[in-house]
Parts: sequence; structure tokens; C-alpha cells
Amino acid sequence: MTCLPARTEKKLGLVIDLDTCVGCQACVTACKEWNTGGHMAPLTDIDPYGGHVDGVWFNRVHSYEHTTELGGRTVNFPRSCLHCEQPACVTVCPTGASYKRASDGIVLVDEDKCIGCKLCSWACPYGAREFDTEVGVMKKCTLCVDRIYNDNLAEEDRVPACVAACPTSARHFGDLGDPASAISQLVEERSGVALMPELGYKPTNRYLPPRARSQRTAKVDAPALEPIKAEGGFLGWIDRMLSN
Amino acid sequence: MHPAFSVVFFTTATGAGYGLLALLGLLGGFGVIPADFWLGLVGMALAFGLIVAGLLSSTGHLGRPERAWRAFSQWRSSWLSREGAVSVATFIPACMFGFGWVFLGESGGWVAAAGLLAAAGAVTTVCTTGMIYASLKPIAQWHSRYTLPAYLIFATMTGGVLANALLQLFKLGSTAMLAWALLATLAGWAWKLATWRHNDRLEIPTTANTATGLAGGTVRSIEWPHTEENYLLKEMGFRIARKHSAKLRRITQALAFAAPAILLATVYFLPWPIGAIASVLAAIAQLAGMLVERWLFFAEAKHTVTLYYGR
Repeated sequence: MTCLPARTEKKLGLVIDLDTCVGCQACVTACKEWNTGGHMAPLTDIDPYGGHVDGVWFNRVHSYEHTTELGGRTVNFPRSCLHCEQPACVTVCPTGASYKRASDGIVLVDEDKCIGCKLCSWACPYGAREFDTEVGVMKKCTLCVDRIYNDNLAEEDRVPACVAACPTSARHFGDLGDPASAISQLVEERSGVALMPELGYKPTNRYLPPRARSQRTAKVDAPALEPIKAEGGFLGWIDRMLSN
Repeated sequence: MHPAFSVVFFTTATGAGYGLLALLGLLGGFGVIPADFWLGLVGMALAFGLIVAGLLSSTGHLGRPERAWRAFSQWRSSWLSREGAVSVATFIPACMFGFGWVFLGESGGWVAAAGLLAAAGAVTTVCTTGMIYASLKPIAQWHSRYTLPAYLIFATMTGGVLANALLQLFKLGSTAMLAWALLATLAGWAWKLATWRHNDRLEIPTTANTATGLAGGTVRSIEWPHTEENYLLKEMGFRIARKHSAKLRRITQALAFAAPAILLATVYFLPWPIGAIASVLAAIAQLAGMLVERWLFFAEAKHTVTLYYGR
């Protein structure tokens, strides 16, 4: 059913800290590694060692230069499915392959029903869906639905692969529908933002903007430069002699 | 947006086909056009041919065309599903009308009712096609009040010019049909000019700032996540050089609107068969021009995902 649930019991999603993300791509490779054997497998690669590499990824890290009157800074920006509350990618689906789960709000694709019309990828403003040309169906982030409820994994591992892999803890997972959850508190504390709110998709994921510049950083002046022109006179003669 | 030929051809062909079907259904059903076997046969074959070729072409861009039947199921939420359902449902009254009007040589009564239903189905199908594009918020050039009327006007226009050519060929041309085709062409021209004017002045609230959540200042892409073009860039990152865009707009206007308008205006003064030939040429030029128009409709549409790539 491509009609959306009126409400979901939980709003599982990610919170991504743009202040601490170092753009190391660990989340990208961890995502690919897990999911190419997971729910949406395979994440096909086309011509992986050739000149026109292409393939399906659920998570992509961009880098931007954000320049304001306070100066410029580099911001690494991971981009993946935001598991929106109003996902037009689901409602445009003609076959019922795309759906949003009423239990936890995760947006998924039933690959056995997908006809590969690609309309859902047009309807997603965030570029979260990627078409698998080999299999002929659309693929997307599952929020590692096969990890987070997986009893075969140790409890601390029941988080999306990208969250588990992040070395700087820039990625957080939890219920954004529960204001008391740690992840909701974090969003509150750091004034987390939704992407493209003006389009009305009501994304679940939040991004924490980079922190304000600190005034406490140590002031390190460069050492004074040595004169390059040799001094004349007696002191100059001594300087030259001692320099040899 | 990448202008896939299958979709460009699909929307142009079905637009003309449904436009023609609606006109034949109304004019034939109510006896405005006499029930002539050969006219009916050629006319209905042309309408069905355009519709079927278009629908088949649209399945050409599917990843799994063998599952296309599933697309009829989600009409509650999806304009694409509605389009599929209505387009197939329209075949029922259209076939009944074709049978009654062409093979039984009848009009009025149940044939008129079938013709009316076929026309209603044709209009509804064109509306659903337009809504597929008009409902896509990430593409500002499509998500506008110009899109749905454009599909309806262009279907009326191409269907009208085709119907006129058909009637002229069978020596059944009328001033009213000619005037209808000419006026529809001029209306199409005006609507396209207004649409381009609107799109060129669009102020899109979605920017690289709102896309990344980085408020204030400028956000410049300094590194992509990948070195080669991926699906997103191939499908939605299509860019057209400004100079080509201007040139293609002129070609569209010349072929789809100016040439047919001039040809149709001269038909009024031309004897048969020269008038008929001019009418057919007008229809051919217009369909060619509409293919360019539809190609531009895709090529000039900018998807918000391109903001992430600094495009």
C-alpha cells in the first residue's frame, strides 16, 4: 500500500553531526559492505575497475565550503534516506513496492513488486534512491532493518552499520518521535535541522549544524622572520664568519 | 532531467492520440462528422495507433516491464497508477464507439454514449499524465500551475490538427474544424511562451543552504562523493547549454506552432487536394515540433538533487 500511515508508533531515524564528521567515508563503506549482503542485496557495481565506475550506494558523503561573514569552513555532509513523514517517493509508486512502515516509520522497497519506473527517485528531493540497472529495480537505505531488530547480533551492534562504523560518533540512531529519547535530546540541545523543510516532506533525520567558532583557540604567531640581506660592518663580518 | 526518448515519445504520441480520440468520439458519436467507413477506419486506427505505440514505448523505460500489470493497483495515491488504470479503461468505450461508428455506420444513441465516454476517458488520461509531472515538488519547472493545462492544451491542439488533416484528406473538411485547429495551435503557442516566461523568472526557495541545513552565506560543493557520474547525475543531473536551449525553443516555435498556423491559415484559400496536403504537412510539422518541445520540457527541468552536486 502506497498510502501513508496516519501516524507511526516510532520515528526511527538518524542524527548526523556536521560538526564532528571528518568525511572519512567509513560509514559509506560500512553501509555498502553490510547492505550488499542484506535486505536489499546486492548493491550492484558496474565496471568497478574500469573507467566509468558506477553502482548503487545508500550513503554518500559530500564536502562543502560554507562561507559566511565569519569566514569559511569545510563541512563534510553525509547524504542518505531521511525516512520522511510525508515521503512522496512512496505515494507516487504505482505498484505498492514502496511503503512506509506504521510500526517504526522506516521507508522500504519491496524489490519483488518494483517495476523500475524510477518515478520514486524523481519524487525524492534528496537523491536517496538509486536505481540498480542490473536487477532493474530501485534501491534505498533500509535503516539497516536487518540489523536493528536482529537477535543474532549483540545488543550494542543493533544499530545501522553506518552508525556502528563512525569513528567520531558523528552518527546517532534512535526514536525521533519520542521527545525523551537521547537522540531527541541531542537534536534539542544542538538545534538540529531538517533538510529542505520548505518542500514539506517532513524528514525524520536531523542534521546538527557545526558549532559556533570558538574564541578560546590558542593564538600562535609565526616566529619573526630573519633579515635576508646580510648586514654590513664589523657585526656583519662576525655573522658571516660564524655562519660558515 | 534526462530526456529519455521513450518518455518523450510516449507523452507526445498519447497526447495526440487521446486528443484525436476525444474529437472523433464527440463529433462522430453525435453525427457532426458523417459515419464514413474509410474515414472512421483511418481515424480510429491513427488514434489507437498513437495511443498504443505511446503506451508500449512507456514500458520501454521500465527496469522490469514483465511486472507492469502491478502498476494498476495503487490508484488511491499514485498518479502514474491512475494513468495506467484510466488509459486501459478508456479502451472499452473507445472500442465500442469504434465498432458502432466505423463498422455499423451509426451515430447517436449508444454510439454517442460510447463516444462521449471515450472522450471523457481520453481527457482524464491526459489529466493524469499531466499530474504525474505537476505533482513532483523537487522539480520546480514541473510543479507549477502551467503543467496540467499544458498537457490538456497540447493534446487538444495536436488532436485537432490531426483531425483536420484527416477530414481534409477525405474531402470532408470544414471551416469550423480548420478554425478549431488553428485556434488551438495559437493557444498552445501562447501557453508555451507564458510557461517559458514563468520558468525563466522562477525564484526557487530551495537552495544549497536549505539542502544542507547550513544557514547563511554560501555553500559551495568542493568534492563529490564519487569521481564518475552516478545514477542520480545521469537521471536527474542532465544539463543543457543555454545557447542550445534558446535555439531549441526557436525550433519548437517554428515547427510546433508557427508552421502549422501558417499552413492551416492558407488551407482556407486552397482547393482540394492542395489544402489536404497542407493540412497533413501541418500535422507532421506539429508532431515533430512537439517532440522537441517535450524533450526541452525534460532537459530544462532542474531537480533539487543537483544542488548537492553544485549544479
